[in-house]
Amino acid sequence: MKQFSLLSRRAAALFLTPAGLLVAVFVLLPFFWVIVVSFTNRTLLGVTAVHPDFVGLQNYIRLFNPSTFFTRGQFGSSLIITTQFVLLSALIGQALLGLLLAWLMQAIPPALKRAVEAAVIGAWILPEVVIGFAWFAFLDYDNGTLNMILTALGLPRGDFLLQQPFWVIVIFNTWRGAAFSMMLFNSAFSSIPPSYFQAADVAGASSFQKFRDIALPLIRGHVVTDLILITMWTFNVFTPFLLTHGGPAYRTELLSIYNYRVAFKDFEFGQGSAVGVIIMLINLVLALIYLSIGRRRSKAEREAAAS
Amino acid sequence: MASVEFRSVTKSFGSFTAVDHVDLSIGDGEFVCLLGPSGCGKTTSLRMIAGLETPSSGQILIGGDDVTGLHPKDRQISMVFQDYALYPHMNIADNIAYPLKVRGESQEKRHARAQEVAGVLKIGDLLSRLPSQISGGQQQRTSLARALVYPSRVYLFDEPLSNLDAKLRLEARGFLNHLQRDMGMTAIYVTHDQAEAMALATRIAVMDRGRIVQYAPPIEIYRRPATTFVANFVGNPPMNLVPVTARAEGDSVRLSADGVTLAPLPLSAGLKAALAAGPTLTLGVRPEHLSVTEEADNSIGGKLFANENMGPESLVTMERPDASRVTARIFTDDHVEVGETVRFGFAPEHVTLFDGAGTRIPRDGEAGL
Ligand SMILES: Nc1ncnc2c1ncn2[C@@H]1O[C@H](COP(=O)(O)OP(=O)(O)O)[C@@H](O)[C@H]1O
Ligand SMILES: [Mg+2]
Repeated sequence: MKQFSLLSRRAAALFLTPAGLLVAVFVLLPFFWVIVVSFTNRTLLGVTAVHPDFVGLQNYIRLFNPSTFFTRGQFGSSLIITTQFVLLSALIGQALLGLLLAWLMQAIPPALKRAVEAAVIGAWILPEVVIGFAWFAFLDYDNGTLNMILTALGLPRGDFLLQQPFWVIVIFNTWRGAAFSMMLFNSAFSSIPPSYFQAADVAGASSFQKFRDIALPLIRGHVVTDLILITMWTFNVFTPFLLTHGGPAYRTELLSIYNYRVAFKDFEFGQGSAVGVIIMLINLVLALIYLSIGRRRSKAEREAAAS
Repeated sequence: MASVEFRSVTKSFGSFTAVDHVDLSIGDGEFVCLLGPSGCGKTTSLRMIAGLETPSSGQILIGGDDVTGLHPKDRQISMVFQDYALYPHMNIADNIAYPLKVRGESQEKRHARAQEVAGVLKIGDLLSRLPSQISGGQQQRTSLARALVYPSRVYLFDEPLSNLDAKLRLEARGFLNHLQRDMGMTAIYVTHDQAEAMALATRIAVMDRGRIVQYAPPIEIYRRPATTFVANFVGNPPMNLVPVTARAEGDSVRLSADGVTLAPLPLSAGLKAALAAGPTLTLGVRPEHLSVTEEADNSIGGKLFANENMGPESLVTMERPDASRVTARIFTDDHVEVGETVRFGFAPEHVTLFDGAGTRIPRDGEAGL
C-alpha cells in the first residue's frame, strides 16, 4: 500500500532538522550523561567534582541496601510513599472522582455543562506555583482560609500541613488532577450515542444500571488510557514540594523530591543520577504498558470496523 | 395493551414549536402511523409518549392514566429506535434480554425468553454474535426482539425500517403487520413513507408543521384527503392538483382552466360555501384514475413530457400550457409518444375539489366510503 504523504522526504528532513538538533542537545545528551554519571561518585565540591571515579554499581547497591532501604528519607521509604500516593491520589482519587463527576455532568443541561467544563479547565491550566501557593494559603495554621472557616463554624483548628501532611498532598493531587480525568471521561461519555441510554430508559434501567451495563463497558479503553497517563504523571509530580517540602521528617518525600534532595541539596550527583535512572526505568515500563495497550486497542478497533 | 391520548399537547424548542396543540386519541390495539415530511414533529410526538421528551403544555395519557410527568421506565412501554440502539459490547442474546436483566430476572430465565423471542423473529441462531457481526435486517429484528421481550402497554416505532433496503423493508413490513394482529398490540409508528403507513396502519395521522391535518383510516386518507397537503403527500405518485376557476350558472357550476374541459357540476352546499370565499378552487385527480382518451369531455390536455415504463403500467406525464404537470398511471399497451399532444380523461366521480384555502369540499350527502 502506498502511504499518502504531505511532504517529500527531503522537505520533511529539512523541517525536522532543527527540532532534531534541539532534542539531541537537550534531551538525548543529558539522558546518556545521567546514565554515565550514575556509575561514578561525582559530586559538586571536592576532589570528585573534577575527577570523579568510576564506581560501578555502587550507587545502585547503596539505594537497595536492605539495612537502610525502609528508613525514613531513604530510597525504599520514598518509593513506598510514592506508590501509596499514586494509588490513593491518582487511581482512586483522580480517576474515581473524575468518573463520578463526568457521569453527573451527563445529567445536567448543556449550558450548565459547558460552564462547568470552562471552570474546570480554568482550574486545570493554572500554573503549578500559583496552585501551590493558593493551597498553602488555604491550609496555613494562623491565617489559612480553612482554619477561618472551621473557627467560624465553632470547630477546632488544625495544623494540617504538620499533622496530616501525606493526606494533604493526596487530596491536593486529587483535586489538581481530577479535572483531566473528568474531561477525558466526559468526552468519552459524549461519544456514546444518546439512543443507547434512551433505549435503556425505556427498557426500565436505573441510572446505576445504565452506568454499569452501558456507559462503563463502552469507555473501558478510555479508562485504561486515563489510568496509565495519570499514573505516570502522578509518579513524577513535584508540585507537593511547594506545600510540604517533602516533610515533615520526610513523610511526604516522593521519589521526585527525594531525587531533587540527593542531587541538588546534598549535591551527590552520582547517587542522584542513579535515582534518576531508576525513575526513568519505572517510567519506561509504564510507557511500554501504555503503548502496548494502545496498540492492542487500535488493532481491535480496526478489526471491529472491518467486520 | 392500552390506549394513548394526546390532550392539546404542545412542544417548543426555544421559540420553535415542533408540536402544536395536538389532540389525538389512539384506541387499545390500534396500529396508528404518524405520517408526514421530515421535520414535521413525528419523532418529537413519539418521544413524548415514551417520556424521552416532556411536553411544554398539555397532557399525555396511557391507558387513561396521566403519564405526562412520568419517567420512561415507569411507563411500561417499548420503543424501537431508528438506529436500532443495539449495545455493541453485548451479544445478541444479551441485547435482547437486557430489559429482563434490568428487571432482575435470573440469567437462566432471561436466556430462555431471549431464545424464544429470537426464534419467532428468525434470529435464533445468531444469539452468540455481536451486533457488528450481523446484517442490517438482522439488527433490525434484534431491536424488535428487545422491544417484544417484556410485557408492554404500548409499542413505539421510530422509522424502524428506514435503514433497510427495499426488499427487506417489504418483508419486515409484512412481518410487523402479522405480529401486530397476533399480539393485538397498541402500536404507534412514525414514518415518512406513505406506502408503509398505508400498508400497516389502522389509522393514519398525517402531520404538517407540528399539527395533525387528518386522522383517519388509510382508505379514507386516500379517497378523501382533507387538504391539498394530504392529497399531495399520499399516493404514489400523489394526486394531480390543477387550479381551476369556478363560475356558478344557476344550479350548476362550471370549472375552467387552460386545457381542461369539464361537464358542469351540480351546485352542492359545499361548493356554494367555497365559492362565497372566491372563485379559485383546486381540482384533484389521482394518476390511477386518468387514462389516455380521444374525447374532449372531462379531460385535461397537454403535451406528453415523459413516459416511464414500470412493467405492466407506465407513468406518463404531460405538461400543460401553464407548464404545470399532470401524471397518469396507464397500461403500458396504451402507446403514446413523448412530444405528442394528448388528453387524459377521468370520470366525474373521481374528481376531488378543494377550496381556496386547500380544504376538501365535501359532496352532498357524503357518508360512508
Ligand atoms: N432537541 C431539539 N432541539 C431543537 N429543535 C428540535 C429538537 N428536536 C427536534 N427539533 C426540531 O423539531 C422539529 C421536529 O423534529 P422531529 O420531531 O424530529 O421531526 P420528524 O417529523 O422528522 O421526526 C424539527 O424541525 C427539529 O429540527
Ligand atoms: Mg424523525
